[in-house]
Amino acid sequence: MSNITDLSLSELVSNIKNKKLSSHDVTSEYVKRSKKSKNLNTYIEETFEAALKKAKEFDSKPDLNKKLPGIPMAIKDLFCTKNVKTTASSKILNNFIPTYESTVTQNLWNDGAILLGKLNCDEFAMGSSNETSYFGNVISPIDKDLVPGGSSGGSASALAAKLTPATIGTDTGGSIRQPASFTGTVGLKPTYGSCSRYGIVAFASSLDQAGPMTRNVNDAALLLEVMSSFDNKDSTSVDFKRPMYSKDLSKDIKGKKIGIPKEYRVDGMSEEIEKLWEDGKNYLKDCGAEIIDVSLPHTKFALPTYYIVAPAEASSNLARYDGVKYGFRTEGNNLIDMYEKTRSAGFGDEVKRRIMIGTYVLSSGYYDAYYLKAQKVRRLIKNDFNNIFQKVDAILTPSTPSSAFKIGDKSNDPVSMYLNDIFTVPVNLAGLPGISIPAGLDKKGYPLGLQIIGKSFDEQNILNIAYSMEDKINFKFNLKEWWMND
Amino acid sequence: MTKDYLIERNGKKYEVVIGLEVHAQVLSESKLFSTSPTKFGSEPNTQVSLVDAAFPGMLPVINEFCIKQAIKTGIGLNAKINNKSIFDRKNYFYADLPQGYQISQYKDPIVGEGNVVVDLASGSKIIGIERLHLEQDAGKSIHDIDPKNTLVDLNRSGVALMEIVSKPDLRSPEEVNFYIKKLRSIMRYLGTCDGNMQEGSLRADVNVSVRKQGDDKYGTRCEIKNVNSIKFMQMAIEYEANRQVDILEEGGKIDQETRLFDTKKNVTRSMRSKEDAHDYRYFPDPDLLPLEFSDEYVENIKKEIPELPDQKKSRFIEKFNLSPYEANILVSDLDISKYFEAVIENSDVKLSSNWITGELFALLNEKNLEITESPISAKNLSKLINLIKDGTISGKIAKTVFEMMAEGDKNPIEIVKEKGLKQQSDPKELEKLIEKVINDNQDTVKEYKSGKEKLFGFFVGQAMKVSGGKANPQLVNEILKKKLK
Amino acid sequence: MSIDLKTVKHISKLSRISLDEQKAKKLETDLNSIFKWIEQLNELKTENIEPLSSIAETKLRLRKDEIKSKNIREEILKNSPDDNKDFFVVPKVVE
Repeated sequence: MSNITDLSLSELVSNIKNKKLSSHDVTSEYVKRSKKSKNLNTYIEETFEAALKKAKEFDSKPDLNKKLPGIPMAIKDLFCTKNVKTTASSKILNNFIPTYESTVTQNLWNDGAILLGKLNCDEFAMGSSNETSYFGNVISPIDKDLVPGGSSGGSASALAAKLTPATIGTDTGGSIRQPASFTGTVGLKPTYGSCSRYGIVAFASSLDQAGPMTRNVNDAALLLEVMSSFDNKDSTSVDFKRPMYSKDLSKDIKGKKIGIPKEYRVDGMSEEIEKLWEDGKNYLKDCGAEIIDVSLPHTKFALPTYYIVAPAEASSNLARYDGVKYGFRTEGNNLIDMYEKTRSAGFGDEVKRRIMIGTYVLSSGYYDAYYLKAQKVRRLIKNDFNNIFQKVDAILTPSTPSSAFKIGDKSNDPVSMYLNDIFTVPVNLAGLPGISIPAGLDKKGYPLGLQIIGKSFDEQNILNIAYSMEDKINFKFNLKEWWMND
Repeated sequence: MTKDYLIERNGKKYEVVIGLEVHAQVLSESKLFSTSPTKFGSEPNTQVSLVDAAFPGMLPVINEFCIKQAIKTGIGLNAKINNKSIFDRKNYFYADLPQGYQISQYKDPIVGEGNVVVDLASGSKIIGIERLHLEQDAGKSIHDIDPKNTLVDLNRSGVALMEIVSKPDLRSPEEVNFYIKKLRSIMRYLGTCDGNMQEGSLRADVNVSVRKQGDDKYGTRCEIKNVNSIKFMQMAIEYEANRQVDILEEGGKIDQETRLFDTKKNVTRSMRSKEDAHDYRYFPDPDLLPLEFSDEYVENIKKEIPELPDQKKSRFIEKFNLSPYEANILVSDLDISKYFEAVIENSDVKLSSNWITGELFALLNEKNLEITESPISAKNLSKLINLIKDGTISGKIAKTVFEMMAEGDKNPIEIVKEKGLKQQSDPKELEKLIEKVINDNQDTVKEYKSGKEKLFGFFVGQAMKVSGGKANPQLVNEILKKKLK
Repeated sequence: MSIDLKTVKHISKLSRISLDEQKAKKLETDLNSIFKWIEQLNELKTENIEPLSSIAETKLRLRKDEIKSKNIREEILKNSPDDNKDFFVVPKVVE
């Protein structure tokens, strides 16, 4: 057998089910590899000992009917985990230990998975490069100077470096798909309302969705199947019949109509991306799908809309971090002074910037000009997709306008950083499902991804399309393990 | 007609314009967006869930009963019920506001315009209701336990409140008094709020402005925050209106601001946190969806609405021939009306009304008791009234019996039997008794017969005295008239 | 619309985040470039468009009026920066 950490999630599951591997075998290999990979700065909190203990417990009484039998998994530190420090990569939550578990992670544990540790991310998931974390930036295993993308950068890096067989992230404007694209992995943002938001540190409530990040499409289908559930504790959770995504996964996409939105051909888009997209179309045609040119006329307004809506919600969601109930506090002369000092010292610059943007767009005199305007444009963007989905079954776009950039390249220019999410953000605004799959390499040899966008609750369809394309693309990336310590 | 409430200065008359924002705690088992209990007076922070304390990742899920309570109250206020309403976040920082925002309703409240009929001494007046919306209560900041710090108890955090906003239709502290009482009465009839002001279940922000009598334009208003008794509201208005008139008379301008009523000094004063002129940055709560229900949903709730004070009053007047004044007293409080209706189930209405508003109220007043704590049950009062009505005892004896009943809700029939207080109504017995009175007072009989007819009363008195008060006064009169002819 | 230093300070006050002069100036620059970019939204006419605030394709679910949460005071206060056993503690507030 090849190296355990080289196996995909689905392979591990079947090996454990066939008793060729024990949970402890798998867990200890991942622990070993994770311990050697500290250079990547992916873990914020390691629960290796507890994981090994749980693996043994699992092996002593294995329940092989579980979907993730004894599978170790490191997860983004935005999910609250009972009795395990949860920080959202922020100083303001540095010492916070939840007494409760998020619904999504609970679903994982209920189906047999074991927590390996908590993964670094952008502070409160605000960022596209994982450079805003209080715990330092995450290094991409692709190249030491490269960002892994964000905000689920720790997740993407850990996944690509094989420190976890699969992982979960959250996606507010591209935070799963963009880092997946940058690291040559698969990332899926489900339809809004598919995965419960209960117990996930909120960034922007109307956009946040948890989703799987995996090494292949089959794994994504399996993990989504476990993560997604109807939850009474989340008023925005949708009660629909959830398919068995992995069981129903199929390569038959004959006759599917795939839209190519012309507005995604943005100014200055590189030839390589153009070519990648072109190749994608051809693969789809090879699979028997029909390619149709479509128009999403309000695409260019998506980013500015997002940068009103998301910060507005964030400014309010982050008001609870005030040094009173939990987390970090700086003492002050009086209540207001304590608040101001605590929040000034507790939040990083990008978070502060977004809180300020959000506060401004909601403030008296500006609400109509910004926030209300953005909500109206959001409607137009949603309508664009509704119209298109009358004609097509899914949409194919690049995941990002470029491959991964260098650490520090965009950190001083917020707008150029924000532009990185140009292809992913419209999907969140419209609440739709989107998946990014690795589709090729650029000239520098860095991975590039393609995104498939589906109708609401049509995850099965985009998974099937991705599954067929994956086969044709046959993406191979030879990772040199330069970061490993002995 | 009572005199208008006007403030006079230098020969000019000022009218006071008042609008109230009443915060009424919804009667419900659990909180508006969490499953914590709402009970008053528990140990600090023992009724706080992760949602109430705003832990990361916690989300609100709305309590349907609170929605129904708000709709019921809206119906009780003759108001428009909105089939679609929106929950917004009102953003501000405060120690007892764990989320950093309050979930409230801003542009689209659950209940729209309505009205309340207020019964003043001068007649009734209609006070307009602007709106009613649902919102979360905050926790409690406690300043007097720890000398250095403020302590925060979140038990109240997240309890459902109805904010009932009146139009600026009130013109005097007296009107405010009757308005609040009427509002409370309606909500108690509906079972939507217990109206207990001591426990903070009912509090109000009071908007006060003044203008010269005859002006159409409203003056600049000041808002007096969170006043928790009717007495304080009246004092605050009185103080605030005079303060404003003084400023205007000195040629000054009123600053629109939020003020506090200082209950120790009986003055209103500007709140300190003035430097941060509030900007609440309302926006729709993205954790919740619009609240929508059908007309049918509202119709079904309408079926559960009990008879309300105004309807009951009309019924009492029409059916029982009570005066509006009496009817008002009997319906103003749900428990009083319940007591009254229990008594009249088997007893004469007029007598019941008299006894309840007379003797019983005097007794309760004296002992400082609510009607629900009355030492005399409705059942026993009803029996007493029947004893009067059928002539078993006289009204005067009844008062004695009533006093005995008050010492432990004794059955009046037993008391009358035990103490032999039954009225003497046997004509033969009474004749004998009266003959004795006449025989014993021959001199007075002569005087009477010689024309001093005023002495008739003397004989009645004697007869009553000899009978120990038990003689039926009517029969005594009749027999005496015959005998003394 | 440009955002001046005074506005930046006002927003920082509203968001309860203290800023030193240098940070405030940096933010002034950042916010101006961000809002300049955001203002491309003004190209769109949106008078008759209904704003979209909730994207979830469901109706607001209503919960029964039941008490489910118990007294978890210890749990609630455990993470608090002050070690008072009964209360959350903040600096003295004068109203």
